[in-house]
Amino acid sequence: MDVMQTQYDPVNLHLPDRELMHSGHFGCPGCGAALGMRIAMKAFGENTLMVIPAGCWGTLNGPYPFAPLKVPVLEVAFATTAISAAGVRAGLDMMGKHDVNVVAWAGDGGTFDIGLQSLSGTVERNDDIIYVCYDNEAYMNTGIQRSSATPYAAWTTTTPADSPKLEPKKDIVGIMAEHRIPYAATASIAYPEDFLRKLDKAKAIRGTKFIHLWVSCPTGHKSEERHSVKIARLAVETGVFPLYEVEQGVEYTINHEPAFTDVTEYLNLQGRFRHLDAAQIETTRRNVDWEWKRLRAKVVMGRELLLQSRPPTK
Amino acid sequence: MRTLLKGNGAVARAVQMAGTQVISVYPITPQTSIVEELADMVAQGRLNARFIKVESEHSAMAACIAAASVGARTFTATSGQGLAFMHEMLHWAAGSRLPIVMVNCNRALGAPWSLFTEQTDSLSQRDTGWMQIYCQSAQEAFDAVIQSFEVSQRVLLPCMVLLDGFLLSHTFENLDIPEQGTVDKFLGPLKLPHLLDLARPATIGGLSDPDCYAAFRKKIQIAHDQALEAWADVGREWGELTGRSYDVVDEYRLDDAELVLVASSTPALTAQVAIDALRQRGIAAGLLRLRVFRPFPANAVRRALAGKHAVVVLDRNCSFGHHGIFYQETKSALYELPAADRPPIRGVIAGLGGSDITPEDIEQMLLQGSAGERLEPVTWWKMLPEEEAVEAEPCAVTK
Repeated sequence: MDVMQTQYDPVNLHLPDRELMHSGHFGCPGCGAALGMRIAMKAFGENTLMVIPAGCWGTLNGPYPFAPLKVPVLEVAFATTAISAAGVRAGLDMMGKHDVNVVAWAGDGGTFDIGLQSLSGTVERNDDIIYVCYDNEAYMNTGIQRSSATPYAAWTTTTPADSPKLEPKKDIVGIMAEHRIPYAATASIAYPEDFLRKLDKAKAIRGTKFIHLWVSCPTGHKSEERHSVKIARLAVETGVFPLYEVEQGVEYTINHEPAFTDVTEYLNLQGRFRHLDAAQIETTRRNVDWEWKRLRAKVVMGRELLLQSRPPTK
Repeated sequence: MRTLLKGNGAVARAVQMAGTQVISVYPITPQTSIVEELADMVAQGRLNARFIKVESEHSAMAACIAAASVGARTFTATSGQGLAFMHEMLHWAAGSRLPIVMVNCNRALGAPWSLFTEQTDSLSQRDTGWMQIYCQSAQEAFDAVIQSFEVSQRVLLPCMVLLDGFLLSHTFENLDIPEQGTVDKFLGPLKLPHLLDLARPATIGGLSDPDCYAAFRKKIQIAHDQALEAWADVGREWGELTGRSYDVVDEYRLDDAELVLVASSTPALTAQVAIDALRQRGIAAGLLRLRVFRPFPANAVRRALAGKHAVVVLDRNCSFGHHGIFYQETKSALYELPAADRPPIRGVIAGLGGSDITPEDIEQMLLQGSAGERLEPVTWWKMLPEEEAVEAEPCAVTK
């Protein structure tokens, strides 16, 4: 339960050589969701069946007859990602193919909003799938509209600068944890080794696993393509997006203690925050501070509980 | 073997004997006893299947689509609101060309709430690409479920089997259940040409360009054309094994009939009583029952109705702003007959929200206009008197 320090060393990454995502995807230049999939496929390997709903990856996966992934993909209706993965799992189980990784891969709109009901049902039944939410913090595929993953005050086409979103981002990992999901974690494309370790861990656990992956989006965040990884790293180092994992809904582990660089380092690289005034920037700082207090309190609460007892196994 | 079963029990038994591998159902009245019976079968090991207890009908169909995509034989069941909630996924299932079988116990749609039978729920899904087959007895429901699995996998289209809520779903009947070996002989193994296969990575359901999309749509239409033949073939093959043959339409005292009722589901069985009574009074009445509705058996309908003196179509449904749906479809099929053979046709909308349709009602429907009185092309049967209907506000005020 001690803080496990994940180092950032972009020059000496230790990643498997295998590439199961090939050139020819339909993402924008600098797309974090494309990078996220490329890294994830290194962990998943060939024995994987991918379920993808509407969203950016529905476009990235290429128009018929092109396909960038070297694994079978089932593209599904927007609200059905988790249950579709559960259906694939049930079908494969009946065929005796128990060893296949069934992966659901959906954006924040498909996860936080329209797909939340079917995700909740799947997690409650503890169906044996890995669910990855690549979160670019708005409906980017339809042209940048607010989702419940959009952060405080960010510009989108439905939250214009003079009428900003006042609500904080929905705590999706908290929602998963309260289902007592066997394993949930956050991850970032700027920390690929941490991401891979979490996927490897998820593969070894039976039941539903949930990874909340933060991805940059030059198109929607109004940022420079060359800054995609830098912004993702700053999201972590400013404390905006903590890297942590939670087991059985109770055992929280913070994987990386950030430098807590001032949030302006992160905000200033993205046009979606350009309109923020001093008060809004201060509110953002307070939000970050509060979220970290909440997270550390969960770590402490889980630690105390686990000193007394273990959670009943599912 | 003779067995006493309710309509829903007959469905569950057929699903079991068909060797269904993945079941995904959300409960809703009056379908619920199907899901309860199947849950028992799976729990007790009488059916080797995965049963996904989903949180909605939308998810129930999504799970069937996903499981069928990797080659599993799948089944779900629903009613009314549940079918309406599934609507998006019905299109998805047909577009994916998956042989999913579903039973819908017909139930009137809200608002206001109703629990009772009406066919607007399934008929408003007629353009989803699903096959639809309407049953009039528990025996037919059993036979139709088994046949649907076979037809579906031959033509790669999903199939909806319709039972009138309560009137059929909850009525006990003494029916013949064949030996398991008979079903195994009849129902071939499921082989999908477009299976999701790890040895052959491919994407199913991805973004298509307009030309490809149109070509895929055309293929659905061609499959429906082939399905009409498949239903006739399968109905005959089932008859050879069980002694019960089926065609896409069903006729009762029709050959020499002058006055013909077109009906479907349980009212068609009621209508046989009315036809007999009219015959006793010397009126040459007959019945054409629409069994398979999608694909629409237009040729069979034309053959059966050409040259008749009068046709009355009974609809327990309504497409608001137009007519009853069976009436529209029958009338449209008859337009292709030469004018001299085209019978006069009128529609009756009756039994909405489960109100009773008796043999006497059907006699009167057929005799309406026989005294030369002028009739609207479509009549609403046994409605509240107009002044009462005006009082029937769409809200109940607490007094």
